[in-house]
Amino acid sequence: MAKATNDAQLLIQSLRKAYAATPTNLKIIDLYVVYAVLTALIQVVYMALVGSFPFNSFLAGILSCVGTAVLAVCLRIQVNKDNKEFKDLPPERAFADFVLCNLVLHLVIMNFMG
Amino acid sequence: MAKSKVEGSGSLRNAFGGVLSVFILLLIGVLAFSIRLFSVIKYESVIHEFDPYFNYRVTQFLSKNGIYEFWNWFDDRTWYPLGRVIGGTVYPGLTLTAGTMWWLANSLNIPLSVETVCVFTAPVFSAFASWATYLLTKEVKGPGAGITAAVILAMVPSYISRSVAGSYDNEAVAIFALIFTFYLYIKTLNTGSLFYATLNSLAYFYMVCSWGGYTFIINLIPMHVLLCIVTGRYSSRLYIAYAPLVVLGTLLAALVPVVGFNAVMTSEHFGSFLVFIILHVVALVYYIKGILTPRLFKMATTLVLTVGVAVCAVVIAILIALVASSPTKGWSGRSLSLLDPTYASKYIPIIASVSEHQPPTWPSYFMDINVLAFLVPAGIVACFLPLSDASSFAVLYLVTSVYFSGVMVRLMLVLAPAACIMSGIALSEAFGVLTRSIKFHINNFFVDSHTNTPATAKLGDSTSTESSVPHQNVVKSDTTAKSEVVKKEKVARRKQKKEKELTENALVKPVPAKKEKWPLVLPFEASFVSILLLIVLGGLYVLHCVWAAAEAYSAPSIVLTSHSHDGMHVFDDFREAYAWLRHNTEVDDKVASWWDYGYQTTAMANRTVIVDNNTWNNTHIATVGTAMSSPEKAAWEIFNSLDVKYVLVVFGGLVGYPSDDINKFLWMVRIGGGVFPHIKEADYLRDGHYRVDAQATQTMLNCLMYKLSYYRFVETDGKGFDRVRRYEIGKKHFKLTHFEEVFTTHHWMVRIYKLKPQKNRIRGKSKKSKLGTKSSSSKQGGITRKNPWN
Repeated sequence: MAKATNDAQLLIQSLRKAYAATPTNLKIIDLYVVYAVLTALIQVVYMALVGSFPFNSFLAGILSCVGTAVLAVCLRIQVNKDNKEFKDLPPERAFADFVLCNLVLHLVIMNFMG
Repeated sequence: MAKSKVEGSGSLRNAFGGVLSVFILLLIGVLAFSIRLFSVIKYESVIHEFDPYFNYRVTQFLSKNGIYEFWNWFDDRTWYPLGRVIGGTVYPGLTLTAGTMWWLANSLNIPLSVETVCVFTAPVFSAFASWATYLLTKEVKGPGAGITAAVILAMVPSYISRSVAGSYDNEAVAIFALIFTFYLYIKTLNTGSLFYATLNSLAYFYMVCSWGGYTFIINLIPMHVLLCIVTGRYSSRLYIAYAPLVVLGTLLAALVPVVGFNAVMTSEHFGSFLVFIILHVVALVYYIKGILTPRLFKMATTLVLTVGVAVCAVVIAILIALVASSPTKGWSGRSLSLLDPTYASKYIPIIASVSEHQPPTWPSYFMDINVLAFLVPAGIVACFLPLSDASSFAVLYLVTSVYFSGVMVRLMLVLAPAACIMSGIALSEAFGVLTRSIKFHINNFFVDSHTNTPATAKLGDSTSTESSVPHQNVVKSDTTAKSEVVKKEKVARRKQKKEKELTENALVKPVPAKKEKWPLVLPFEASFVSILLLIVLGGLYVLHCVWAAAEAYSAPSIVLTSHSHDGMHVFDDFREAYAWLRHNTEVDDKVASWWDYGYQTTAMANRTVIVDNNTWNNTHIATVGTAMSSPEKAAWEIFNSLDVKYVLVVFGGLVGYPSDDINKFLWMVRIGGGVFPHIKEADYLRDGHYRVDAQATQTMLNCLMYKLSYYRFVETDGKGFDRVRRYEIGKKHFKLTHFEEVFTTHHWMVRIYKLKPQKNRIRGKSKKSKLGTKSSSSKQGGITRKNPWN
């Protein structure tokens, strides 16, 4: 039992150390992802309290948060220099694709929110 | 010097190939368009069948009133007295597409009528579909396979059957959307570009707008993602291909009113959410694996597994409880009937009664996809050499569509693109190997006559434009696959033996021991004969497709023809009847008929109908079915409670038209009996057989359908010989008491009767009419008017 907690602590420490080594721009994207997921969770809690009456609004809100999180993860994948598959993709192109996809996503969200 | 010259000639060849393929694709588009025009040439530019008439009517409304009216349209001309919300129950893709094309043409001052645009929508989109097949197969295997698959799809009879000029139905546009969505998914998978992921979601949105079969896409793509994860082919491109599609696709699907909240609440979509979660878990695992050292990662896995399994079990238990609480486990009736082929016949007789929903017979496979049926296995083998994400997707698509085509003959249409892709791959690979062999032998022949050493450099050049890495296994397996194909041809016995000997010699012959890899090639004669045979195979396929398009699938089914010794007869009875209705009845008169003819009646006769092909209300259809199965008095009561003025029956006994109402009558009894228990099917059968001759039961001879079909039929030939049933009818001389005949078409195919109004005065004693179906007519909530006869 003690070994398990020891292991867990060692694990968390090594995870933290490894994560600290990631470049800053990736950390910013990760922060954005965490923020989006937190917003989604807050919306779910709100819905649990208040009820889901305009269900389309609830769906629009949740899916917009999840959608931006997913798209940010995709951007992170494409911009990450350690990723060998995307080494000849200029980061500006990756960002432009990210913006385009977000535009489409938010257009649909605005339409669906009602 | 020589290398740059070779490169220059290589790029020139590439450029020439590119231009040639553009022209070929253009010709393929023209071919796809033209092969579907047989019905326009043989008959006229008219809309076929039943469902297209509804789509045509909706498109007419859209073009006349604009999109806001269309979106909010409540149709009160069908399902009287219930009406139908068109905006929320129709898949708008097809009508919006045709409406846009019509509006575009008219704004460019090309005065096309709505009907012309509707008739020719399907051929135009089949040309687009073959181009989409080219793009998809190019992503899977290469441009050669792409062109072969495109030309095969342009002609495959299964697709032609649902997209001839005049067949203005959802599948005309939906198959193009399906192939295009798959192409964009594979493109995203291959390139990992978010731009294509966005396009993929938009194409999926177009597919959701067009057809209820979009659930196939949203279940096939998650299955493929799962397959890739399980076989260890997870990559970040997979994440980019799938995750945005799920989020954006679900939102876009929820935008379409027909789907609405079903996009998140029905079991058809749960698969995609489940795989979404699994994908994220896998992605996280790979990310952590990348960060940690292997030892720490092992520790992490053991820790997570113990905690994670417990959490997973709880979540799964909740999910199962939620799903099991709904009676159909969250699936819709149509999906259930696909997953369990016996479901429809047990629970939903209306779905079971449609002939398109029956399982196909073996000959129909050969009729519909012909040669492809035995090219597909060769294609599957070729997909495994080498196996990539895209080719595994193609194999999965083929396997699932084969299963679904076995459940419903209508879904052979979904099998057609998969079969075309596989056959295109197979044929292209076969041609590649054979031409490479011939080139090799020709090169060797010329080289040996000049120098003594075989020119390995020349061999490298001649094969560099084809598959770069020589696949020795490809040749072997293609040989076996091709020998299967070849064996099925009518080859002379001695040629076959000679081929076998030669192939064995070729395989046994020791490969010259050089450092470079030599592609295994087939002997010259064998490859030459094989190419000839493959070309003959292609020729037979083309012949069959053109025959199928011209003879089998071009019938508009609203106009019938028959050939006899004195020429061709044209039976235009349907349009005659609808035109009579249109000109000789009031605008607000209600017409009752079996649901098959509902769409045509509203579109062509412009009268309100009681039930139509949408079949969304089983009880309403059962009411009409009960009325048709009841004696005259009871039927009059039912129809009167629905404000019906005219009753329409289709009768084929005079000319031998087999799909008339008497042949469909048992379904009316079954459906009516499913809701009103006093209608029992056994009452209409004599010893389990359905007959209308002298041996028929009294219930059968007295029911409304019999009387309306055979009224005055004995006057045609004196004996009442029914040409469809091939015997004389049972009750020949009878009068109608509650209905009067107002119109019978030229060949007696459509007969229209009017409900006789009540008499003003009651003559003599009026017996209280004991009507068994009084309960049914009062169920309608209408006034039960006392029938004063008898």
